[in-house]
Amino acid sequence: MYATTYHRPASVDEAVKLASEEAKYLSGGQTLLPTMKQRLAAPSDLIDLRHIDALKGISVDGKHVRIGAACTHNEIANSDAISAVCPGFTYLAGHIGDPAVRHMGTIGGSIANNDPAADYPAALLALGATITTNSRTLSAEEFFTGMFETALEEGEMVTAVEFDAPEKSGYAKFRNPASRYAMTGVFVCKGADGSVGVGVAGAGADGAFRSPEMESALASNFAASALEGISIDPSGLMTDMHASAEYRANLIKVMGKRAVEQAG
Amino acid sequence: MGVEGIGARVARKEDKRFITGKGRYTDDMVVVGMKHAHFVRSPYAHAKIRSIDASAAEKMLGVIAVLNGKQMTEDGIGNLICGWMIHSKDGSPMNMGAWRPIAQDTVRYVGDAVAVVVADTKAQARDAAEAVVVDYEELPVVTEAVQALKDGAPQLHPEAKNNLIFDWEIGDAAATDAAIKSAAHVTKMKIVNNRLIPNPMEPRAALGIYDEAEDHYTCYTTSQNPHVARLVMSAFYNVAPENKLRVIAPDVGGGFGSKIYIYPEEIVCLWASKRTGVPVKWNSDRTEAFLADAHGRDHVTEVEMAFDADNNMTALKVDTIANLGAYMSLFSSSVPTYLYATLFSGQYKIPAIHGNVRTVYTNTAPVDAYRGAGRPEATYLLERIVETAARELNVDPAELRRQNFIREFPYQTPVIMCYDAGDYEASLEAAMQAADYKGFPARRDEAESRGKLRGIGMSCYIEACGIAPSQAVGSLGAGVGLWESAEVRVNAVGTVEVLTGSHSHGQGHETTFAQLVNDRFGLPIDQVSIVHGDTDKVQMGMGTYGSRSGAVGMSAIVKALDKVEAKAKKIAAHLLEADESDIEISGGELKVKGTDKTVPWFQMALAAYTAHNLPDGMEPGLKEGAFYDPTNFTFPAGCYICEVEVDPDTGKTEIVQFVAADDFGKIINPMIVEGQVHGGIAQGIGQALLEGTSYDPETGQLLTASYMDYTMPRADDLPSFKVSTTETACPGNPLGIKGCGEAGAIGSPPALINAITNAIGKNDLTMPATPQKVWAALQG
Ligand SMILES: Cc1cc2nc3c(=O)[nH]c(=O)nc-3n(C[C@H](O)[C@H](O)[C@H](O)COP(=O)(O)OP(=O)(O)OC[C@H]3O[C@@H](n4cnc5c(N)ncnc54)[C@H](O)[C@@H]3O)c2cc1C
Repeated sequence: MYATTYHRPASVDEAVKLASEEAKYLSGGQTLLPTMKQRLAAPSDLIDLRHIDALKGISVDGKHVRIGAACTHNEIANSDAISAVCPGFTYLAGHIGDPAVRHMGTIGGSIANNDPAADYPAALLALGATITTNSRTLSAEEFFTGMFETALEEGEMVTAVEFDAPEKSGYAKFRNPASRYAMTGVFVCKGADGSVGVGVAGAGADGAFRSPEMESALASNFAASALEGISIDPSGLMTDMHASAEYRANLIKVMGKRAVEQAG
Repeated sequence: MGVEGIGARVARKEDKRFITGKGRYTDDMVVVGMKHAHFVRSPYAHAKIRSIDASAAEKMLGVIAVLNGKQMTEDGIGNLICGWMIHSKDGSPMNMGAWRPIAQDTVRYVGDAVAVVVADTKAQARDAAEAVVVDYEELPVVTEAVQALKDGAPQLHPEAKNNLIFDWEIGDAAATDAAIKSAAHVTKMKIVNNRLIPNPMEPRAALGIYDEAEDHYTCYTTSQNPHVARLVMSAFYNVAPENKLRVIAPDVGGGFGSKIYIYPEEIVCLWASKRTGVPVKWNSDRTEAFLADAHGRDHVTEVEMAFDADNNMTALKVDTIANLGAYMSLFSSSVPTYLYATLFSGQYKIPAIHGNVRTVYTNTAPVDAYRGAGRPEATYLLERIVETAARELNVDPAELRRQNFIREFPYQTPVIMCYDAGDYEASLEAAMQAADYKGFPARRDEAESRGKLRGIGMSCYIEACGIAPSQAVGSLGAGVGLWESAEVRVNAVGTVEVLTGSHSHGQGHETTFAQLVNDRFGLPIDQVSIVHGDTDKVQMGMGTYGSRSGAVGMSAIVKALDKVEAKAKKIAAHLLEADESDIEISGGELKVKGTDKTVPWFQMALAAYTAHNLPDGMEPGLKEGAFYDPTNFTFPAGCYICEVEVDPDTGKTEIVQFVAADDFGKIINPMIVEGQVHGGIAQGIGQALLEGTSYDPETGQLLTASYMDYTMPRADDLPSFKVSTTETACPGNPLGIKGCGEAGAIGSPPALINAITNAIGKNDLTMPATPQKVWAALQG
């Protein structure tokens, strides 16, 4: 790790003022710190967001869920309030990495990083979530722009994630055997109005994506059997040493069915 | 059996310090004035070094020196060597290319050292290493052994034409070919044994301390065999004469073979300490460990097994190409030859065997012994082909094995080894019972009703431990003898120190060796200390690898204990005015048989040291040493049965049962032995299911250079193992011990792959059997 200057701002404003081209926000550090230790990132300044009250806390108001950017995966996984309205989401958070990662890593850090193998982006796309930053509010579709890319501008900070809980939700994840990130994860949800969302993690060459084929199949019949007949096109899917695009295409279908079964 | 004697499940004495974080490892050593080394390593798999410009680095804060290979050559530091000479079948000696501790003209794998920075802090050394500008001219790369042998492949060393190091054979080619020709059935397979990266918990480290006033060197290092390190560094690398070099291997956090070898880094630390006048420490980070620790396995093999019309095995023919990486590591040549092909007979009577082995250079990390070393490769090919043959012949794999077992001992195989003792049927039976082999079809049907493919597979392995005798290994090309030494010192108050040439880096010697003394003299193990790992303290030793510490190391201790016992009895007899043949030792006392006359052990010891009242002519003191050279290898054997359930939708394998029945001969501490088996099986399952090393064939970059991509076994990948032992005593050593350190890693991979291929009904599957591969096999 190269030398860096550590800051602990107490408010969003203070943090934003510290931001610069060379500086980086630090949340759980589960992605940023290993990268720095390997000297692949060398921020001049680290702006620690974990002590800003405005970024903390989970609130559920009826069906409306608001999660502060600095909430850890563990807090989300163990939130009874979220679990009561959207169990698929807490299940997803509880299957990120390992306990150490879940106790440190945050939802804000995860979505700002937009790792193609990360779990949340698929769920936020499927749920039609909104992402609030210090300056604006974006839909998940607008926010996630590609592999490791987001609509965030320099110095812009994620402050919260919000969504309306669906009637049903489920997540099924096939882990990469080494990293335990999603080799393929599928989040499905069905709204009270009958609308269906299907988000796919870990498989897209451009990051998480929604699957229109699966959404339309499930819209007419929200059951695993509805996915039996569809076939997923491997083009546009990722191939790496752990999984070919064809294998991922298969996993999307299999995980899709399991997610629907879980959603009930 | 006493509560702390042979056969007792004594908790490990050493664990308190390990589990409370109080172990003392090489990186914990701090000496006054110590500085830190960081290596500049090649980012290319094959390149010429045009120039190295360290001028900017040298001026950086805290930098003491930037040293290179040319300076090392000028100071007369020798090449790294392979210490086991193998001759090709045409009689020519192996074609060994030069390995410089720091590359001078050419780099041959990603991670090859090209310079070293010594600085006040680790961070400064690393910063400066980044500022060293190396101008490389890239050369073409080859990473796969089969490719490397082809005409026109990139050439690594001028000494090795077509990258061929040697072309060696064993057994009778003509008899084998004839038997195959006249066989009723021949099974043929191509077998790949995947390359593994060892990953001990503690990465390698070294601290070199040169004392100018004494012209003396001290080296702390992560070694499994400090005396061998000292011998090799003085005899071949010209670092210092043996009497001026002290090597200390303190607590070592796992080795699995990868810490046998003498690597460039410890030589460089010693040399750099003299050059710079300061103690120099290096500690590998995990990425360096992936790149530059010696890897294991990496074979490609064609194998044929022949049967007569009654399913008796008649011949085995093996043709292997083994990848040794960019340089020949210390024992690399012995692994795919004498540690491999000499076990081709397995547990079976096979009248004709022939093996051919070609070893080659490639632009990858050097390959050497890794837990099992050659024996896992032999077992894998044999147990895969036996299982495959059973499927082709439509007979129960257990029965095909049983029918062909060797049953009379000693048994001379056609491939050098003479097995001394064993009962293969006993371990097969024990394993089949424990696994409820008969109940499998019902379990398979039940799994099918849940949509799962259930499979069962077995492996009947044999291995050879305690490589010996020295004269025999010498005649096969070994550069060293493979005996062991021990010294037993009884202190004046009766407590005991055992100095051993074995080295413990996870094996629990501090407990097991103390149990031997307890068993003999009845002293609590708390009064027995085991001293190892320091060339200034321990007389001499060959170290720990190849499961030799029990069979060879403890045998040396037994010999020394015999001498101590004899002298102690003489002293006691004198004190008790009895005949020494009437003295017996137990419970910390020496007694005259059949009387109540006793002298406590401590009083006898005190008498030895006060020397006021010793038999006429007896030397004072009570300290005896012994060297033990075995008469033969030992041959642990056993049977492993694995049961899996495969999810056909994803290809994911779950191991639902794993049974091991091992014959290790006499067992000193069953708990420690079970721990060794558990760890070994976990490593074997790692190889078979999870761990795959991948180099980019075009660039030679190691693609699996971190835990993000290299899958180590985790607790939830493994079932609870059912382990048990059967026992045939080993006639070759005084305790009847065979060795248990590697069996798990040797026996388990074929059992697991046999189970998966049984489950999916496809036989063509390579390790590691990742979900993607299993799924793809199911589609095909
Ligand atoms: C062993 C391991 C396993 C893992 N497994 C999984 C897994 O299975 N699934 C999964 O989804 N993830 C996984 N992760 C990643 C983990 O979830 C991380 O926590 C997450 O990717 C980053 O979150 P963080 O809070 O640690 O962010 P940090 O590492 O602190 O930051 C990551 C990036 O986001 C920026 N950033 C942080 N907070 C904000 C903010 N509020 N606004 C704008 N930018 C910000 C930082 O500047 C940095 O660029 C794993 C990580 C590890 C180490």
